[in-house]
Amino acid sequence: MAQHAHAHDAAEEYAEGGHDTHHGNYVRIWAILCVLLVVSVAGPFFGHPLVTLVTAFGIAVVKAYMVAKHFMHITVAPRFVAYLVGTCLAFMLLFFAGTAPDVMRLYGTNWKKPSLIQADAAYESEHHEAAH
Amino acid sequence: MATAPVRHDEVHGGHGHVEEGWFRRYFYSTDHKMIAMQYMFTGMAMALIGGFFAYTFRMQIAFPGIDVPGFGTVSPNEYNRLITNHGAIMIFWVAMPVLLAAFGNFLIPLMLGCDDMVFPRINRLSYQIFLLSALILIAAFFVPGGAFAGAWTMYPPLSAKAEYGLAPLGATLFVLAVALEFVAFLLGGINFVTTTMNSRAPGMRMYDIPMAVWMIVIASILFMASVGPLIAGAVMLLFDQNIGTAFFNPDKGGDPILWQHLFWFFGHPEVYVVLLPVVGIVAEIITVFSRKKMFAYRTVLYTAFGTGVLSFMVWAHHQFIAGIDPRMANIFTITTLLISIPIAEMMFVYIATLYGGSITLATPMLWALSFIATFLIGGVTGIFLGASGADIYLHDTYFVLAHFHYTFFPIAIIGTYAGVTFWFPKMFGRMMNERLGKIHFWGTIIAFNCIFIPLFVLGAAGEHRRIFDYSMFPELMRPELRAMDKFATISLLVMLGFQPLFIFNFFYSLFKGPKAGKNPWQANTLEWTAESPPPHGNWPELPRVYRGPYEYSVPGREQDYWPQNAPN
Amino acid sequence: MSARPIATTRSTSGMPTGRLAVWWVIASEIVIFGGILGSYVMFRLSHDAFATQAAHTNTWIGAFNTLVLLTSSLFAVLGHKAADQGDGPKAARMLYLTSLGGIIFLLVKFGYEWPTEIHHGFTISSHPFWSFYYTAAGIHAAHVLAGVVIMLIIAPMARRSLELHRVELIGVYWHFVDVVWIFLFPLLYIAK
Repeated sequence: MAQHAHAHDAAEEYAEGGHDTHHGNYVRIWAILCVLLVVSVAGPFFGHPLVTLVTAFGIAVVKAYMVAKHFMHITVAPRFVAYLVGTCLAFMLLFFAGTAPDVMRLYGTNWKKPSLIQADAAYESEHHEAAH
Repeated sequence: MATAPVRHDEVHGGHGHVEEGWFRRYFYSTDHKMIAMQYMFTGMAMALIGGFFAYTFRMQIAFPGIDVPGFGTVSPNEYNRLITNHGAIMIFWVAMPVLLAAFGNFLIPLMLGCDDMVFPRINRLSYQIFLLSALILIAAFFVPGGAFAGAWTMYPPLSAKAEYGLAPLGATLFVLAVALEFVAFLLGGINFVTTTMNSRAPGMRMYDIPMAVWMIVIASILFMASVGPLIAGAVMLLFDQNIGTAFFNPDKGGDPILWQHLFWFFGHPEVYVVLLPVVGIVAEIITVFSRKKMFAYRTVLYTAFGTGVLSFMVWAHHQFIAGIDPRMANIFTITTLLISIPIAEMMFVYIATLYGGSITLATPMLWALSFIATFLIGGVTGIFLGASGADIYLHDTYFVLAHFHYTFFPIAIIGTYAGVTFWFPKMFGRMMNERLGKIHFWGTIIAFNCIFIPLFVLGAAGEHRRIFDYSMFPELMRPELRAMDKFATISLLVMLGFQPLFIFNFFYSLFKGPKAGKNPWQANTLEWTAESPPPHGNWPELPRVYRGPYEYSVPGREQDYWPQNAPN
Repeated sequence: MSARPIATTRSTSGMPTGRLAVWWVIASEIVIFGGILGSYVMFRLSHDAFATQAAHTNTWIGAFNTLVLLTSSLFAVLGHKAADQGDGPKAARMLYLTSLGGIIFLLVKFGYEWPTEIHHGFTISSHPFWSFYYTAAGIHAAHVLAGVVIMLIIAPMARRSLELHRVELIGVYWHFVDVVWIFLFPLLYIAK
């Protein structure tokens, strides 16, 4: 009986033309994203590592947020969607935090990674020479 | 009365009246109940294979060098192959399909009062991919080099380098089979979660959802959020095996520990993925057979959420002696010991549910009670292993093995028997034989304890696991305790000997059992209001819900149960 | 027209079923990409020697491909807007343009970028950096291809104004694929 109230699924809403998600100016957003892309490519040319970091990854975060907000409409969807995405990102940070102490080390109490130590030593000496 | 236009498919339960051919009905169905049966029977067939492997390698351990009846002599490599595939099969191809996919597929639409899962064709696809994964795993036994023999945990370089593993093609097929199984369950999980979030019967609020559905859904979410890194890792391992990449290969600059972290980041939530459905199934059974409302439903629910979140923070307790950073070992010890609290709390809440109830010891109830008892033992022994100091001694001994069998066996075997004996009448429209059920129960339970308690003793005494024959490693075993190994193996033979009772009971009752009505157990949840077995579309008219699922023995009412869909 | 169970039409969560499902798919994909990218970051940050190899990726091609994907995302959301307005033919056109962007991305990558790098000896097995580079970008490219295939299935139906809600759904998936590339680009091409 109460199914009548639920008779309209998304397919029917679209067919009836009654669906709306408050569309904004998408071309403007795209233009901003392109400008940000240019800035992120230009960043390394300043030669400063911190500038590169901010322009490369800071801008990546901003672009991702803009796509999520304006194109994917995550701010219009029920709140739990944002929580879900946020939780999965948090789990990835957790994975990184638990794994990095082992994977990012080249030696420990009774072990070492000879091939990597060697590769890093070679890199260091190369750059040491180049600096001279 | 109905003046608003009614959709034709709503009145007729959502499907046309097409007569389905035999092939369409049994092999190409999109009906959630048929897909559930496909998963269940496939899982049970794989259990026979996994059980046979256990029989074979236990015979080798107890009587080294013996010509095992039905197999022959066991070579060292074959032994490794048997234990590897026993572990993988039991977890990925028995526990998950039966507990998560079969019970989930069967129960969720029925308990929620809808006519099918929201994506029936994706549901069918998930089973097809699952079946493919099982076939690939089995195919590995027949390729040159044989099946993979490097433990179900697939640690590289043993699993990555052909000259160590001796089964290059088998190793690739193993990883591929596992990866495909993951994809199948991702697809299935989407269905479970979306159906539960969107398709509940009108009137069913969040706290009216039966615990079995909640637990299966939380398990699906856990799976979906944790399996990603291992899928990435499986691709990386496949590449290391076959095209010479350097992810885990130390010679080329890779790190084997990275694999361990990728694996266990999923591997630990995975055990809760298989545990939670059984916790839910047991909740259904104990409320019905004690005619009592569940004690602290919301507490159990929030505890399950909390356990799920916490389960992501304990994984490296599997790696305590692998050479991980000792400071991380400290942290993981604390989190691991912490996680025992919510799970123990759930078990005690169940005991509180039973307290003061009017208890009937029918076969499903016996299984449910034995789950609580044996899982408590398993959980408590986990505490020793979670403390990194004790784990230094206990790791890789039979203590670990006994611990995880005292958790996995209640989950995969006791949980399955509990669920099957309870829902058999709904699934097949007939009752199973109680006497056979009880004999099977006692034979299985007593024998199970006789298998694994000796293994705790052996492990605590220092006997190592994954050793084919101690003649090469005399320091890793206790000659004075060999009798325990023999006792354990003989108990296994006894336990296996009781299983034909279940198989006979199952198939005999399927065809000749007394007909079950809609609600032989007088339970509240919605599946018991459908026909036994439910037809395509489940109900001619979908139900509406008025109360929670555990309104048993409500004071002032004549009946001691109050179905969810009975109007006020 | 497919026989849709009543279950699919309900939306107790407040979202239509299809959109809800796509977000769950995205959630599970976040952890897949997170696994491989997290592993890559660990290696990259701890071994200076990676920088020598990383210097050989072609930033201009990476930037061009980023532009291509961003533009295709624009078309995808314009398709969503058209579908919302009930304009099936326009939605289909937008989807075809989106998939064209995906195809250009794949052609540039597989037709020029990777063959050039392989030709110079930077094969997948030559150094851990390249193992990650090809694997991560490869998994991403597989998702691009899957998206293109699905779009080419949905577009003809949309043109006949059938299943218009699916235009939005594949759009959301496509934006996710774009977001992954937004992070892959600096990780593989800029961080040198």
